[in-house]
Amino acid sequence: MKFRTALVPIAALSLSACGLNSVPTAEENAKAKWADVQAQYQRRADLVPNLVATVKGSAASEGKILADVMNARAKATSVQVNANDLTDPAKVQQFQAAQQQLGGSLSRLLATTEAYPDLKSQANFTTLMSQLEGTENRITIAIRDYNQAVQDYNTRIRTFPDAVGAKIFYGAKPMTPFQAKAGADVAPTVNFGNGN
Amino acid sequence: MRVLRFLVLLVALLAGATSALADPTFPKLTGRVVDDAHLLSPEQVAQLTQLSRDIQQASSRQFYIATIPDLQGYDIADYGYQLGRTWGLGQKGADNGIILIVAPSERRVTIQVGYGLEPIMTDALSSQIINGIIVPRFKAGDMAGGIVAGAQAIAEQMKQPLEAAEQKAKAAQDAATKSSARKRHGGGLPIGLLFWFIILVVVLVPMLARFGGRRRPGPWDGDAYRDRDSGVLPIVLWTIANEIGREASRRNDGWGGGGGWSGGDDGSWGDGGGGGDDFSGGGGSFGGGGASGSW
Repeated sequence: MKFRTALVPIAALSLSACGLNSVPTAEENAKAKWADVQAQYQRRADLVPNLVATVKGSAASEGKILADVMNARAKATSVQVNANDLTDPAKVQQFQAAQQQLGGSLSRLLATTEAYPDLKSQANFTTLMSQLEGTENRITIAIRDYNQAVQDYNTRIRTFPDAVGAKIFYGAKPMTPFQAKAGADVAPTVNFGNGN
Repeated sequence: MRVLRFLVLLVALLAGATSALADPTFPKLTGRVVDDAHLLSPEQVAQLTQLSRDIQQASSRQFYIATIPDLQGYDIADYGYQLGRTWGLGQKGADNGIILIVAPSERRVTIQVGYGLEPIMTDALSSQIINGIIVPRFKAGDMAGGIVAGAQAIAEQMKQPLEAAEQKAKAAQDAATKSSARKRHGGGLPIGLLFWFIILVVVLVPMLARFGGRRRPGPWDGDAYRDRDSGVLPIVLWTIANEIGREASRRNDGWGGGGGWSGGDDGSWGDGGGGGDDFSGGGGSFGGGGASGSW
């Protein structure tokens, strides 16, 4: 009996050393960071209709690019990744591709606006640009934080001693980091024309 | 094979660790205004420090200013949010820090806003302050004037009502200030003491009277304590003494009595009771809110 009571704290200690708590904690952290990433992309998507409407006022002739942006937005908002699907690289990549397409068409749109000086002088447009710039910064940071959390989690479930608990109790699979493909997802450069 | 893979992983991890070391190095948080690029006069530093202190006392929001001689190749927004996180500006949970960063050699300026202040200090407003107030002065060569004018514009916006999380942080700050400032309001009825005094009169006196009636020796006679009825007496006495002692020490911490919560920000906190100016960060975090500009 005494032996058994002595065993309880030892068992508890060894279980906690096996990641019984730390693995779910790291997993939840990564999921929360993913929610941030999606929220920031959503924020960008919410800005787009306003931006398109403003640009249309001064640059209606850019109809094709404007339509492209709206299509890309519709596609990007339709692709969402549930936090439980983060272990599926295909789903994450699909999300990434849709967002990259929106980012790409947005930068094309912004490039064309350079040709419309009256647009750039509008207060409404300036405001939208500052919001878009801030949103791109937030996306970058949210992705960085998410990748850090994923790295922590993946390292934890693959290294001793947490790997033991991760495998036995949770069957934990590594999560997919958000990879920035070279050049494809470059955030639209926002320039107020102060520097030049 | 397994071992080999493990080794590869280990090497990759170590490489990750060294690349993490290559993060930008940040100036030490030496005050509310860290003028490493030497753009401000001592008077201006004092003026801005006072401004920052006033904001924090009124709202718990932490607004700091940094001038950076070298961004080490980072974009100022990227550098700025990491600086804000490193310094931990804003209160923990409320994330109500805000920082104005000027990098004269890169000719870049940014306002970085903590998560909690994003609805108050919006990107659009940050951009307006930068492009409308700061940059024109910088372009004219008036660095200090631009910083001071920008800081005043930010301070004006910091007077906006507090968010829910900030209200909590503010209440905690007020409580801490009150307890360290001791009691300024000497008055106030000591309700706790009064309560125990009444107990003393109502409970103890009849008790003593009872003993007095029943026993020939006085109630303070040693034998009285061993009496079956009077076993309560030492306990009650001890409790009361204990409570009085506790009450007294609580009053010293500025909690007891009435009036402890009255009185707003009536000037006496800054220098006197606060134990000097504590400029350390409150543990807030940043995530890219704000705006940047160049000149």
